[in-house]
Amino acid sequence: MTANFQLLRILPEVILTIAGVLIMLIEPLLGHSTSRKPLGWFAVLSVFASLAASFAQLGMAAGTAYYGVIQTDAFSVFFHVLIALIVLVSLLVTIDTANANTESLGELFALMVFGAVGMMLMTSATELLLVFIGLEISSISTYIMAGFRRKNVKSTESSLKYFLLGSFATAFFLYGIALIFGATGTTDINAIASQLGTSAVPMFATIGLGMILIGLGFKVSAAPFHVWTPDAYEGAPSPVVGLMSTAPKAAAFAVLLRIVYVAFPALHAHWQPLLWLMAAFSMTIGNLGALRQQNVKRMLAYSSIAHAGYLLVAFTALSTDGIAAASFYAMSYAAMNVGIFAVVSHASGYDERLSLISDYRGLAYRSPLLGGALGFFLISLIGIPFTGGFFGKFYVFASALHSGMVWLTIIGLVNSGIAAFYYLRLLASAYSKPTNNALLDPMPRASFALLLALVITISGTLILGIVPGQILAMSHNAAVSLTSGIANPAPSATHQ
Amino acid sequence: MDVPIAYYLVLSAILFSIGVAAFLIKRNIITVFMSIELMLNAVNLTFVAFAHEWHRVSGQIFVFFVMVVAAAEAAVGLAIIIAIFRARNTLNVDQVDLMKL
Repeated sequence: MTANFQLLRILPEVILTIAGVLIMLIEPLLGHSTSRKPLGWFAVLSVFASLAASFAQLGMAAGTAYYGVIQTDAFSVFFHVLIALIVLVSLLVTIDTANANTESLGELFALMVFGAVGMMLMTSATELLLVFIGLEISSISTYIMAGFRRKNVKSTESSLKYFLLGSFATAFFLYGIALIFGATGTTDINAIASQLGTSAVPMFATIGLGMILIGLGFKVSAAPFHVWTPDAYEGAPSPVVGLMSTAPKAAAFAVLLRIVYVAFPALHAHWQPLLWLMAAFSMTIGNLGALRQQNVKRMLAYSSIAHAGYLLVAFTALSTDGIAAASFYAMSYAAMNVGIFAVVSHASGYDERLSLISDYRGLAYRSPLLGGALGFFLISLIGIPFTGGFFGKFYVFASALHSGMVWLTIIGLVNSGIAAFYYLRLLASAYSKPTNNALLDPMPRASFALLLALVITISGTLILGIVPGQILAMSHNAAVSLTSGIANPAPSATHQ
Repeated sequence: MDVPIAYYLVLSAILFSIGVAAFLIKRNIITVFMSIELMLNAVNLTFVAFAHEWHRVSGQIFVFFVMVVAAAEAAVGLAIIIAIFRARNTLNVDQVDLMKL
Protein backbone atom coordinates (compact mmCIF):
# COMPACT_ATOMS: atom_id res chain seq x y z
CA MET A 1 0.00 0.00 0.00
CA THR A 2 1.54 3.29 -1.02
CA ALA A 3 1.82 6.26 1.27
CA ASN A 4 -0.47 8.36 -0.92
CA PHE A 5 -3.20 5.83 -0.74
CA GLN A 6 -2.96 5.79 3.04
CA LEU A 7 -3.19 9.55 3.10
CA LEU A 8 -6.63 9.31 1.48
CA ARG A 9 -7.86 7.58 4.60
CA ILE A 10 -7.14 10.60 6.77
CA LEU A 11 -7.75 13.22 4.08
CA PRO A 12 -10.82 14.76 5.80
CA GLU A 13 -8.76 15.39 8.94
CA VAL A 14 -5.77 16.68 6.95
CA ILE A 15 -7.92 19.21 5.09
CA LEU A 16 -9.42 20.53 8.30
CA THR A 17 -6.06 20.71 10.07
CA ILE A 18 -4.56 22.78 7.26
CA ALA A 19 -7.61 25.05 7.20
CA GLY A 20 -7.47 25.53 10.97
CA VAL A 21 -3.76 26.38 10.93
CA LEU A 22 -4.30 28.87 8.08
CA ILE A 23 -7.11 30.58 9.98
CA MET A 24 -4.93 30.83 13.09
CA LEU A 25 -2.12 32.35 11.00
CA ILE A 26 -4.32 34.91 9.28
CA GLU A 27 -6.32 35.92 12.34
CA PRO A 28 -3.62 38.02 14.12
CA LEU A 29 -2.68 39.73 10.84
CA LEU A 30 -6.14 41.24 10.49
CA GLY A 31 -6.69 44.71 11.89
CA HIS A 32 -8.84 45.40 14.93
CA SER A 33 -11.87 46.57 13.00
CA THR A 34 -11.64 44.07 10.15
CA SER A 35 -14.53 41.66 9.90
CA ARG A 36 -13.63 38.05 10.68
CA LYS A 37 -16.58 36.63 8.80
CA PRO A 38 -14.59 35.77 5.63
CA LEU A 39 -12.48 33.49 7.82
CA GLY A 40 -15.69 31.80 8.91
CA TRP A 41 -16.73 31.28 5.30
CA PHE A 42 -13.29 29.85 4.58
CA ALA A 43 -13.81 27.40 7.44
CA VAL A 44 -17.22 26.49 5.98
CA LEU A 45 -15.59 25.78 2.62
CA SER A 46 -12.94 23.58 4.23
CA VAL A 47 -15.66 21.60 6.02
CA PHE A 48 -17.39 21.10 2.67
CA ALA A 49 -14.11 19.83 1.22
CA SER A 50 -13.64 17.45 4.12
CA LEU A 51 -17.24 16.25 3.69
CA ALA A 52 -16.46 15.44 0.07
CA ALA A 53 -13.27 13.65 1.11
CA SER A 54 -15.26 11.55 3.59
CA PHE A 55 -17.76 10.56 0.92
CA ALA A 56 -14.89 9.65 -1.37
CA GLN A 57 -13.75 7.13 1.25
CA LEU A 58 -16.95 5.19 0.61
CA GLY A 59 -15.61 4.45 -2.87
CA MET A 60 -12.51 2.80 -1.46
CA ALA A 61 -12.60 -0.67 0.01
CA ALA A 62 -12.85 -0.64 3.78
CA GLY A 63 -9.41 -1.00 5.25
CA THR A 64 -6.73 0.18 7.59
CA ALA A 65 -3.86 2.59 7.24
CA TYR A 66 -0.77 3.65 9.17
CA TYR A 67 -0.01 0.29 10.78
CA GLY A 68 -3.64 -0.43 11.53
CA VAL A 69 -4.19 2.70 13.58
CA ILE A 70 -6.90 4.09 11.29
CA GLN A 71 -9.75 2.12 9.84
CA THR A 72 -12.10 3.69 7.32
CA ASP A 73 -15.29 1.85 6.59
CA ALA A 74 -18.99 2.62 6.31
CA PHE A 75 -19.10 3.18 10.08
CA SER A 76 -16.34 5.78 10.22
CA VAL A 77 -17.70 7.56 7.13
CA PHE A 78 -21.18 7.74 8.66
CA PHE A 79 -19.84 9.52 11.73
CA HIS A 80 -17.41 11.66 9.71
CA VAL A 81 -20.33 12.98 7.68
CA LEU A 82 -22.39 13.55 10.81
CA ILE A 83 -19.60 15.49 12.55
CA ALA A 84 -18.80 17.52 9.44
CA LEU A 85 -22.46 18.54 9.08
CA ILE A 86 -22.74 19.53 12.75
CA VAL A 87 -19.58 21.64 12.56
CA LEU A 88 -20.77 23.17 9.28
CA VAL A 89 -24.05 24.33 10.82
CA SER A 90 -22.31 25.54 13.99
CA LEU A 91 -19.90 27.62 11.91
CA LEU A 92 -22.81 29.16 10.00
CA VAL A 93 -24.63 29.98 13.24
CA THR A 94 -21.47 31.54 14.69
CA ILE A 95 -21.05 33.67 11.56
CA ASP A 96 -24.66 34.79 11.97
CA THR A 97 -24.59 35.44 15.71
CA ALA A 98 -21.26 37.08 16.39
CA ASN A 99 -20.91 40.81 15.97
CA ALA A 100 -18.57 41.76 13.20
CA ASN A 101 -16.16 43.23 15.73
CA THR A 102 -16.13 40.33 18.17
CA GLU A 103 -12.62 40.01 19.51
CA SER A 104 -10.45 37.37 17.77
CA LEU A 105 -13.47 35.59 16.33
CA GLY A 106 -11.18 33.75 13.90
CA GLU A 107 -9.85 31.70 16.80
CA LEU A 108 -13.35 30.41 17.47
CA PHE A 109 -13.67 29.24 13.86
CA ALA A 110 -10.24 27.59 14.05
CA LEU A 111 -11.14 25.86 17.33
CA MET A 112 -14.35 24.48 15.84
CA VAL A 113 -12.37 23.10 12.91
CA PHE A 114 -9.68 21.62 15.19
CA GLY A 115 -12.36 20.08 17.39
CA ALA A 116 -13.82 18.44 14.30
CA VAL A 117 -10.41 16.94 13.51
CA GLY A 118 -10.26 15.31 16.96
CA MET A 119 -13.80 13.98 16.77
CA MET A 120 -13.27 12.56 13.28
CA LEU A 121 -10.07 10.82 14.42
CA MET A 122 -12.01 9.27 17.29
CA THR A 123 -14.51 7.70 14.94
CA SER A 124 -11.96 6.07 12.65
CA ALA A 125 -9.29 5.14 15.21
CA THR A 126 -8.79 1.47 15.99
CA GLU A 127 -5.92 2.09 18.37
CA LEU A 128 -6.78 3.33 21.87
CA LEU A 129 -3.80 5.70 21.77
CA LEU A 130 -5.29 7.49 18.79
CA VAL A 131 -8.73 7.44 20.38
CA PHE A 132 -7.22 9.17 23.40
CA ILE A 133 -5.45 11.80 21.29
CA GLY A 134 -8.59 12.47 19.26
CA LEU A 135 -10.62 12.74 22.45
CA GLU A 136 -8.18 15.26 23.86
CA ILE A 137 -7.99 17.33 20.66
CA SER A 138 -11.76 17.61 20.67
CA SER A 139 -12.07 18.16 24.43
CA ILE A 140 -9.38 20.82 24.72
CA SER A 141 -10.87 22.76 21.80
CA THR A 142 -14.28 22.55 23.42
CA TYR A 143 -13.01 23.74 26.82
CA ILE A 144 -11.67 26.89 25.19
CA MET A 145 -14.79 27.41 23.10
CA ALA A 146 -17.00 27.15 26.21
CA GLY A 147 -15.06 29.99 27.82
CA PHE A 148 -14.75 32.04 24.68
CA ARG A 149 -16.55 35.08 26.10
CA ARG A 150 -13.78 35.34 28.63
CA LYS A 151 -14.92 38.59 30.24
CA ASN A 152 -18.31 37.03 30.93
CA VAL A 153 -18.45 35.53 34.43
CA LYS A 154 -20.81 32.72 33.47
CA SER A 155 -18.80 31.75 30.41
CA THR A 156 -15.55 31.32 32.35
CA GLU A 157 -17.37 29.40 35.07
CA SER A 158 -18.87 27.09 32.47
CA SER A 159 -15.45 26.57 30.95
CA LEU A 160 -13.87 25.79 34.32
CA LYS A 161 -16.50 23.23 35.28
CA TYR A 162 -16.35 21.60 31.87
CA PHE A 163 -12.56 21.53 31.99
CA LEU A 164 -12.20 20.09 35.51
CA LEU A 165 -14.79 17.36 35.09
CA GLY A 166 -13.66 16.63 31.54
CA SER A 167 -10.05 16.08 32.62
CA PHE A 168 -11.25 14.03 35.59
CA ALA A 169 -13.12 11.80 33.13
CA THR A 170 -10.09 11.61 30.85
CA ALA A 171 -7.99 10.29 33.74
CA PHE A 172 -10.53 7.49 34.31
CA PHE A 173 -10.57 6.72 30.60
CA LEU A 174 -6.77 6.50 30.58
CA TYR A 175 -6.61 4.32 33.67
CA GLY A 176 -9.03 1.99 31.93
CA ILE A 177 -6.76 1.83 28.88
CA ALA A 178 -3.74 1.15 31.10
CA LEU A 179 -5.48 -1.77 32.82
CA ILE A 180 -6.61 -3.21 29.51
CA PHE A 181 -3.05 -2.90 28.24
CA GLY A 182 -1.97 -4.80 31.32
CA ALA A 183 -4.51 -7.53 30.72
CA THR A 184 -3.94 -8.01 27.00
CA GLY A 185 -0.55 -6.49 26.24
CA THR A 186 -1.96 -4.35 23.45
CA THR A 187 -3.96 -1.20 22.89
CA ASP A 188 -5.20 -2.11 19.43
CA ILE A 189 -8.97 -2.62 19.51
CA ASN A 190 -8.99 -5.54 17.07
CA ALA A 191 -6.05 -7.21 18.81
CA ILE A 192 -7.76 -6.82 22.20
CA ALA A 193 -10.77 -8.66 20.82
CA SER A 194 -8.73 -11.58 19.49
CA GLN A 195 -6.69 -11.71 22.71
CA LEU A 196 -9.79 -11.82 24.92
CA GLY A 197 -11.52 -14.28 22.62
CA THR A 198 -8.91 -16.97 23.16
CA SER A 199 -8.53 -17.09 26.93
CA ALA A 200 -10.44 -16.52 30.14
CA VAL A 201 -11.04 -12.80 30.62
CA PRO A 202 -8.56 -11.36 33.13
CA MET A 203 -9.93 -9.29 35.99
CA PHE A 204 -7.91 -6.25 34.88
CA ALA A 205 -9.78 -6.18 31.57
CA THR A 206 -13.13 -6.08 33.36
CA ILE A 207 -12.06 -3.27 35.69
CA GLY A 208 -10.49 -1.45 32.74
CA LEU A 209 -13.70 -1.62 30.75
CA GLY A 210 -15.59 -0.26 33.78
CA MET A 211 -13.16 2.69 33.96
CA ILE A 212 -13.59 3.36 30.23
CA LEU A 213 -17.37 3.32 30.65
CA ILE A 214 -17.06 5.90 33.44
CA GLY A 215 -14.81 8.11 31.30
CA LEU A 216 -17.03 7.94 28.24
CA GLY A 217 -20.13 8.27 30.42
CA PHE A 218 -18.85 11.70 31.45
CA LYS A 219 -18.18 12.65 27.85
CA VAL A 220 -21.68 11.73 26.64
CA SER A 221 -23.19 13.18 29.86
CA ALA A 222 -25.00 10.02 30.83
CA ALA A 223 -26.32 9.90 34.39
CA PRO A 224 -24.85 9.51 37.02
CA PHE A 225 -21.95 11.34 35.32
CA HIS A 226 -24.04 14.25 34.06
CA VAL A 227 -23.61 16.89 36.78
CA TRP A 228 -21.42 19.21 34.71
CA THR A 229 -23.81 19.40 31.77
CA PRO A 230 -26.37 22.05 32.82
CA ASP A 231 -23.72 24.47 34.09
CA ALA A 232 -21.41 24.01 31.14
CA TYR A 233 -24.26 24.52 28.66
CA GLU A 234 -25.81 27.49 30.42
CA GLY A 235 -22.64 29.57 30.42
CA ALA A 236 -21.13 28.67 27.07
CA PRO A 237 -22.00 30.72 23.95
CA SER A 238 -25.14 29.27 22.31
CA PRO A 239 -23.62 28.32 18.91
CA VAL A 240 -20.89 26.46 20.80
CA VAL A 241 -23.47 24.64 22.94
CA GLY A 242 -25.19 23.46 19.76
CA LEU A 243 -21.84 21.99 18.73
CA MET A 244 -20.74 20.55 22.06
CA SER A 245 -24.07 18.94 22.85
CA THR A 246 -23.96 16.93 19.64
CA ALA A 247 -20.60 16.46 17.89
CA PRO A 248 -18.33 15.35 20.79
CA LYS A 249 -21.16 13.15 22.02
CA ALA A 250 -21.61 11.54 18.61
CA ALA A 251 -17.85 10.89 18.50
CA ALA A 252 -17.83 9.49 22.04
CA PHE A 253 -20.76 7.24 21.19
CA ALA A 254 -18.89 6.03 18.11
CA VAL A 255 -15.91 5.17 20.32
CA LEU A 256 -18.20 3.47 22.82
CA LEU A 257 -19.79 1.41 20.05
CA ARG A 258 -16.39 0.40 18.72
CA ILE A 259 -15.03 -0.46 22.16
CA VAL A 260 -17.96 -2.48 23.48
CA TYR A 261 -18.95 -4.24 20.26
CA VAL A 262 -15.54 -4.76 18.64
CA ALA A 263 -13.10 -5.03 21.53
CA PHE A 264 -15.27 -6.46 24.29
CA PRO A 265 -17.94 -8.76 22.89
CA ALA A 266 -16.45 -11.29 25.33
CA LEU A 267 -17.63 -9.14 28.26
CA HIS A 268 -21.14 -8.60 26.91
CA ALA A 269 -22.72 -9.97 30.07
CA HIS A 270 -20.83 -7.36 32.13
CA TRP A 271 -21.35 -4.18 30.15
CA GLN A 272 -24.90 -4.73 29.04
CA PRO A 273 -26.52 -4.39 32.51
CA LEU A 274 -24.29 -1.39 33.29
CA LEU A 275 -25.43 0.39 30.12
CA TRP A 276 -29.03 -0.62 30.92
CA LEU A 277 -28.73 1.18 34.25
CA MET A 278 -27.04 4.22 32.71
CA ALA A 279 -29.78 4.44 30.07
CA ALA A 280 -32.59 4.23 32.62
CA PHE A 281 -30.95 6.76 34.95
CA SER A 282 -30.12 9.21 32.16
CA MET A 283 -33.63 9.21 30.72
CA THR A 284 -35.30 9.64 34.10
CA ILE A 285 -32.91 12.16 35.64
CA GLY A 286 -32.68 14.15 32.42
CA ASN A 287 -36.41 14.48 31.95
CA LEU A 288 -37.27 15.11 35.60
CA GLY A 289 -34.48 17.68 35.80
CA ALA A 290 -35.68 19.45 32.67
CA LEU A 291 -39.20 19.77 34.05
CA ARG A 292 -38.20 22.27 36.71
CA GLN A 293 -35.91 24.49 34.63
CA GLN A 294 -36.79 28.06 33.79
CA ASN A 295 -33.69 28.74 31.74
CA VAL A 296 -33.99 27.53 28.15
CA LYS A 297 -30.37 26.43 27.79
CA ARG A 298 -30.45 24.52 31.08
CA MET A 299 -33.66 22.86 29.97
CA LEU A 300 -32.03 21.81 26.72
CA ALA A 301 -29.00 20.58 28.70
CA TYR A 302 -31.20 18.26 30.76
CA SER A 303 -32.97 17.24 27.59
CA SER A 304 -29.61 16.30 26.10
CA ILE A 305 -28.94 14.07 29.13
CA ALA A 306 -32.28 12.38 28.48
CA HIS A 307 -31.46 11.92 24.80
CA ALA A 308 -28.11 10.35 25.72
CA GLY A 309 -30.23 7.92 27.72
CA TYR A 310 -32.45 7.08 24.74
CA LEU A 311 -29.33 6.47 22.69
CA LEU A 312 -27.87 4.17 25.35
CA VAL A 313 -31.05 2.09 25.15
CA ALA A 314 -29.86 0.98 21.72
CA PHE A 315 -26.70 -0.48 23.31
CA THR A 316 -28.73 -3.07 25.16
CA ALA A 317 -30.08 -4.45 21.88
CA LEU A 318 -28.54 -7.11 19.65
CA SER A 319 -25.39 -5.95 17.95
CA THR A 320 -26.29 -5.03 14.36
CA ASP A 321 -29.74 -3.70 15.21
CA GLY A 322 -28.43 -1.75 18.15
CA ILE A 323 -25.50 -0.15 16.33
CA ALA A 324 -27.73 0.87 13.42
CA ALA A 325 -30.36 2.33 15.77
CA ALA A 326 -27.74 4.16 17.82
CA SER A 327 -26.09 5.67 14.71
CA PHE A 328 -29.46 6.72 13.30
CA TYR A 329 -30.47 8.26 16.62
CA ALA A 330 -27.19 10.17 16.88
CA MET A 331 -27.88 11.69 13.47
CA SER A 332 -31.52 12.59 14.12
CA TYR A 333 -30.72 14.06 17.54
CA ALA A 334 -27.89 16.10 16.04
CA ALA A 335 -30.14 17.52 13.29
CA MET A 336 -32.83 18.75 15.66
CA ASN A 337 -30.58 19.85 18.50
CA VAL A 338 -28.15 21.84 16.37
CA GLY A 339 -31.22 23.33 14.71
CA ILE A 340 -32.84 24.41 17.95
CA PHE A 341 -29.59 25.97 19.12
CA ALA A 342 -29.40 27.86 15.82
CA VAL A 343 -32.79 29.39 16.68
CA VAL A 344 -31.79 30.05 20.30
CA SER A 345 -28.49 31.65 19.22
CA HIS A 346 -30.12 34.00 16.75
CA ALA A 347 -33.02 34.90 19.02
CA SER A 348 -30.87 35.68 22.03
CA GLY A 349 -27.86 37.11 20.21
CA TYR A 350 -24.19 37.01 21.12
CA ASP A 351 -24.77 38.65 24.52
CA GLU A 352 -27.68 36.31 25.29
CA ARG A 353 -30.56 38.69 25.81
CA LEU A 354 -33.18 35.97 26.10
CA SER A 355 -32.49 33.28 28.65
CA LEU A 356 -35.69 32.28 30.45
CA ILE A 357 -38.59 30.40 28.93
CA SER A 358 -40.82 33.41 29.67
CA ASP A 359 -38.44 35.61 27.63
CA TYR A 360 -39.42 33.62 24.55
CA ARG A 361 -43.02 34.79 24.91
CA GLY A 362 -44.24 36.07 21.56
CA LEU A 363 -41.22 34.88 19.58
CA ALA A 364 -43.50 33.58 16.84
CA TYR A 365 -45.04 37.07 16.45
CA ARG A 366 -41.71 38.85 16.46
CA SER A 367 -40.26 36.55 13.86
CA PRO A 368 -42.50 33.95 12.21
CA LEU A 369 -39.43 32.27 10.71
CA LEU A 370 -37.73 31.68 14.06
CA GLY A 371 -40.99 30.79 15.79
CA GLY A 372 -41.84 28.27 13.10
CA ALA A 373 -38.38 26.71 13.17
CA LEU A 374 -38.44 26.54 16.98
CA GLY A 375 -41.85 24.86 16.90
CA PHE A 376 -40.68 22.37 14.30
CA PHE A 377 -37.56 21.36 16.24
CA LEU A 378 -39.50 21.08 19.51
CA ILE A 379 -42.04 18.80 17.80
CA SER A 380 -39.18 16.66 16.58
CA LEU A 381 -37.58 16.57 20.05
CA ILE A 382 -40.91 15.40 21.51
CA GLY A 383 -40.92 12.66 18.88
CA ILE A 384 -44.05 13.35 16.87
CA PRO A 385 -44.30 11.39 13.57
CA PHE A 386 -42.91 12.79 10.32
CA THR A 387 -39.86 14.16 12.12
CA GLY A 388 -36.43 12.65 12.66
CA GLY A 389 -37.00 12.49 16.40
CA PHE A 390 -39.90 10.09 15.97
CA PHE A 391 -38.06 7.61 13.79
CA GLY A 392 -34.94 7.80 15.93
CA LYS A 393 -36.89 6.84 19.05
CA PHE A 394 -38.92 4.29 17.11
CA TYR A 395 -35.85 2.37 15.89
CA VAL A 396 -34.13 2.53 19.27
CA PHE A 397 -37.11 1.17 21.16
CA ALA A 398 -37.92 -1.37 18.45
CA SER A 399 -34.38 -2.73 18.58
CA ALA A 400 -34.54 -2.89 22.39
CA LEU A 401 -37.86 -4.75 22.24
CA HIS A 402 -36.41 -7.22 19.75
CA SER A 403 -33.86 -8.29 22.32
CA GLY A 404 -36.46 -8.51 25.05
CA MET A 405 -35.75 -5.29 26.94
CA VAL A 406 -39.42 -4.73 27.83
CA TRP A 407 -38.89 -2.80 31.05
CA LEU A 408 -36.32 -0.45 29.59
CA THR A 409 -38.67 0.26 26.69
CA ILE A 410 -41.50 1.05 29.11
CA ILE A 411 -39.24 3.41 31.10
CA GLY A 412 -38.25 5.07 27.83
CA LEU A 413 -41.81 5.52 26.62
CA VAL A 414 -42.97 6.97 29.97
CA ASN A 415 -40.03 9.35 29.77
CA SER A 416 -40.95 10.46 26.24
CA GLY A 417 -44.35 11.36 27.66
CA ILE A 418 -42.81 13.41 30.48
CA ALA A 419 -40.53 15.13 28.00
CA ALA A 420 -43.50 16.44 26.03
CA PHE A 421 -44.46 18.67 29.00
CA TYR A 422 -41.38 20.84 29.07
CA TYR A 423 -40.96 21.04 25.32
CA LEU A 424 -44.59 22.13 25.00
CA ARG A 425 -44.08 24.73 27.73
CA LEU A 426 -41.45 26.47 25.61
CA LEU A 427 -43.61 26.06 22.51
CA ALA A 428 -46.65 27.58 24.26
CA SER A 429 -44.52 30.46 25.48
CA ALA A 430 -43.20 31.19 22.00
CA TYR A 431 -46.69 31.18 20.49
CA SER A 432 -48.59 33.19 23.09
CA LYS A 433 -49.21 36.92 22.61
CA PRO A 434 -46.63 39.03 24.39
CA THR A 435 -48.05 41.06 27.27
CA ASN A 436 -45.15 43.45 27.41
CA ASN A 437 -44.66 45.84 24.50
CA ALA A 438 -40.91 45.81 24.93
CA LEU A 439 -40.91 42.19 23.81
CA LEU A 440 -42.64 43.12 20.55
CA ASP A 441 -39.60 44.54 18.76
CA PRO A 442 -38.93 42.60 15.60
CA MET A 443 -35.94 40.29 15.67
CA PRO A 444 -32.73 41.23 13.90
CA ARG A 445 -32.99 40.17 10.27
CA ALA A 446 -31.94 36.61 9.59
CA SER A 447 -28.69 36.52 7.64
CA PHE A 448 -27.89 34.22 4.73
CA ALA A 449 -25.73 32.10 7.03
CA LEU A 450 -28.60 31.51 9.43
CA LEU A 451 -31.00 30.69 6.61
CA LEU A 452 -28.53 28.16 5.23
CA ALA A 453 -28.09 26.62 8.70
CA LEU A 454 -31.85 26.36 9.16
CA VAL A 455 -32.34 24.87 5.70
CA ILE A 456 -29.74 22.18 6.43
CA THR A 457 -31.13 21.27 9.85
CA ILE A 458 -34.83 21.42 8.91
CA SER A 459 -34.37 19.42 5.73
CA GLY A 460 -32.20 16.96 7.66
CA THR A 461 -34.88 16.48 10.29
CA LEU A 462 -37.57 16.11 7.61
CA ILE A 463 -35.59 13.64 5.52
CA LEU A 464 -34.89 11.54 8.61
CA GLY A 465 -38.58 11.65 9.46
CA ILE A 466 -40.29 11.15 6.11
CA VAL A 467 -37.89 9.24 3.88
CA PRO A 468 -35.44 7.69 6.35
CA GLY A 469 -34.82 4.70 4.05
CA GLN A 470 -31.50 5.78 2.61
CA ILE A 471 -30.00 6.98 5.87
CA LEU A 472 -31.29 3.89 7.61
CA ALA A 473 -29.52 1.80 4.97
CA MET A 474 -26.36 3.81 5.59
CA SER A 475 -26.56 3.25 9.34
CA HIS A 476 -27.21 -0.44 8.73
CA ASN A 477 -24.13 -0.64 6.48
CA ALA A 478 -22.18 1.10 9.20
CA ALA A 479 -23.33 -1.46 11.75
CA VAL A 480 -22.47 -4.36 9.46
CA SER A 481 -19.02 -2.99 8.71
CA LEU A 482 -18.37 -2.54 12.43
CA THR A 483 -19.47 -6.03 13.47
CA SER A 484 -17.85 -7.82 10.54
CA GLY A 485 -14.53 -6.59 11.90
CA ILE A 486 -15.00 -9.05 14.75
CA ALA A 487 -15.12 -12.13 12.56
CA ASN A 488 -12.35 -10.93 10.31
CA PRO A 489 -9.87 -8.78 12.23
CA ALA A 490 -8.19 -6.34 9.89
CA PRO A 491 -4.52 -7.14 9.31
CA SER A 492 -2.55 -4.66 11.32
CA ALA A 493 1.07 -5.30 10.44
CA THR A 494 0.95 -6.37 6.81
CA HIS A 495 1.89 -3.08 5.20
CA GLN A 496 4.99 -1.76 6.84
CA MET B 1 16.60 -8.67 42.40
CA ASP B 2 13.31 -7.62 40.95
CA VAL B 3 10.52 -5.67 42.53
CA PRO B 4 7.27 -7.55 41.78
CA ILE B 5 4.88 -5.77 39.44
CA ALA B 6 2.12 -5.91 42.03
CA TYR B 7 3.97 -3.30 44.12
CA TYR B 8 3.89 -0.81 41.26
CA LEU B 9 0.24 -1.51 40.53
CA VAL B 10 -0.79 -1.08 44.15
CA LEU B 11 1.23 2.12 44.40
CA SER B 12 -0.38 3.54 41.28
CA ALA B 13 -3.85 2.50 42.44
CA ILE B 14 -3.20 4.32 45.73
CA LEU B 15 -1.93 7.41 43.92
CA PHE B 16 -4.97 7.38 41.65
CA SER B 17 -7.30 7.08 44.64
CA ILE B 18 -5.55 9.96 46.40
CA GLY B 19 -6.05 11.99 43.24
CA VAL B 20 -9.76 11.16 43.10
CA ALA B 21 -10.23 11.93 46.80
CA ALA B 22 -8.35 15.23 46.54
CA PHE B 23 -10.37 16.19 43.48
CA LEU B 24 -13.56 15.72 45.46
CA ILE B 25 -12.40 17.25 48.76
CA LYS B 26 -10.04 20.12 47.95
CA ARG B 27 -11.51 23.58 47.51
CA ASN B 28 -8.70 25.48 45.81
CA ILE B 29 -8.92 25.30 42.02
CA ILE B 30 -5.15 24.91 41.62
CA THR B 31 -5.09 22.01 44.08
CA VAL B 32 -8.05 20.39 42.32
CA PHE B 33 -6.14 20.73 39.07
CA MET B 34 -3.01 19.23 40.66
CA SER B 35 -5.01 16.21 41.80
CA ILE B 36 -5.95 15.56 38.17
CA GLU B 37 -2.24 15.63 37.31
CA LEU B 38 -1.63 13.13 40.10
CA MET B 39 -4.26 10.82 38.60
CA LEU B 40 -2.60 11.09 35.18
CA ASN B 41 0.79 10.25 36.66
CA ALA B 42 -0.65 7.24 38.46
CA VAL B 43 -1.84 6.08 35.04
CA ASN B 44 1.66 6.63 33.65
CA LEU B 45 3.15 4.48 36.38
CA THR B 46 0.69 1.71 35.56
CA PHE B 47 1.61 1.90 31.89
CA VAL B 48 5.33 1.71 32.57
CA ALA B 49 4.92 -1.21 34.96
CA PHE B 50 2.84 -3.16 32.47
CA ALA B 51 5.19 -2.28 29.61
CA HIS B 52 8.04 -3.77 31.63
CA GLU B 53 5.98 -6.85 32.46
CA TRP B 54 4.99 -7.50 28.84
CA HIS B 55 8.37 -6.39 27.43
CA ARG B 56 6.54 -4.12 24.99
CA VAL B 57 7.55 -0.52 24.38
CA SER B 58 4.07 0.48 23.27
CA GLY B 59 3.14 1.09 26.91
CA GLN B 60 6.08 3.46 27.34
CA ILE B 61 5.20 5.27 24.12
CA PHE B 62 1.70 5.75 25.50
CA VAL B 63 3.25 7.47 28.52
CA PHE B 64 4.98 10.02 26.29
CA PHE B 65 1.69 10.89 24.64
CA VAL B 66 -0.04 11.18 28.01
CA MET B 67 2.66 13.60 29.18
CA VAL B 68 2.38 15.73 26.05
CA VAL B 69 -1.38 15.87 26.29
CA ALA B 70 -1.21 16.63 30.02
CA ALA B 71 1.06 19.57 29.22
CA ALA B 72 -1.40 20.87 26.63
CA GLU B 73 -4.22 20.43 29.10
CA ALA B 74 -2.26 22.27 31.78
CA ALA B 75 -1.71 25.21 29.42
CA VAL B 76 -5.42 25.50 28.70
CA GLY B 77 -6.42 24.79 32.29
CA LEU B 78 -4.18 27.47 33.76
CA ALA B 79 -5.47 29.96 31.19
CA ILE B 80 -9.03 29.19 32.25
CA ILE B 81 -8.07 29.53 35.91
CA ILE B 82 -6.49 32.94 35.22
CA ALA B 83 -9.67 34.03 33.44
CA ILE B 84 -11.70 32.91 36.47
CA PHE B 85 -9.40 34.77 38.84
CA ARG B 86 -9.62 37.98 36.80
CA ALA B 87 -13.40 37.75 36.72
CA ARG B 88 -13.97 37.12 40.43
CA ASN B 89 -10.73 37.48 42.43
CA THR B 90 -11.06 34.09 44.06
CA LEU B 91 -9.73 30.61 43.53
CA ASN B 92 -12.18 28.84 45.81
CA VAL B 93 -14.39 26.44 43.88
CA ASP B 94 -17.23 26.99 46.34
CA GLN B 95 -17.39 30.64 45.33
CA VAL B 96 -17.56 29.85 41.64
CA ASP B 97 -21.23 29.11 41.94
CA LEU B 98 -23.13 31.62 39.86
CA MET B 99 -25.02 28.75 38.27
CA LYS B 100 -26.53 26.22 40.63
CA LEU B 101 -27.54 22.70 39.81
